Amino acid sequence: MEKQIDVHYYALFRDLRGKDRETLTTRAATPRALYDELGMGGAFRLDTRAFRVAVNDAFASWDAPLRHGDLVVFIAPTAGG
Amino acid sequence: MFRITDEPIDPAACRRALEAPAAGGFVAFEGWVRDHNEGRAVVALEYEAYATLAEQEGERILEEARQRFEVERVGAVHRTGRLAVGDLAVWVGASAAHRDAAFAACRYVIDELKRRVPIWKREHYADGSAAWVGGVGHEHPAG
Repeated sequence: MEKQIDVHYYALFRDLRGKDRETLTTRAATPRALYDELGMGGAFRLDTRAFRVAVNDAFASWDAPLRHGDLVVFIAPTAGG
Repeated sequence: MFRITDEPIDPAACRRALEAPAAGGFVAFEGWVRDHNEGRAVVALEYEAYATLAEQEGERILEEARQRFEVERVGAVHRTGRLAVGDLAVWVGASAAHRDAAFAACRYVIDELKRRVPIWKREHYADGSAAWVGGVGHEHPAG
């Protein structure tokens, strides 16, 4: 089913996507499917051991169901400190 | 308290927040911007945070430290924005009745923070180039 998903980008992902946020109309059922649909896998193959994803400001599974209006953030390996 | 800030960190204020009558000591870790990484001359670091989730995850880590160690208080502050060599990037502190718990809690918080909290840094090099640290295929030792 088609739905609208907000995606915010930080750091590496913002550079890759060339923007810091967008609203996508998509049929992607999960964050994993959304990541593939965005075509980022070409430049930046999904490594689920190193990358994480947040849905609505909480860490989520790559296979969690996405719902209309969700906010998704892809999280590259962190480097605080 | 865990806080993300784009203002300079005041270590004295951070320390005061950990004072407690039952505390017999206090340990702090300060992460500073150094002038090199992996053989390259670094002139500045740029930190970026997914602030909402970073503060939630940071609070979770502090709560874990309180559960695991006999501490009085724990706190951490992380900078965002562009920092110069020598600037204070992160401050972590723990007060406790005895030193072992304070050292252990401080170590736990900085290690977990680096591993789990969604903060990224871009290194700016002396030759004018820049790169995100911890990118794909790279393991970066703690700073």
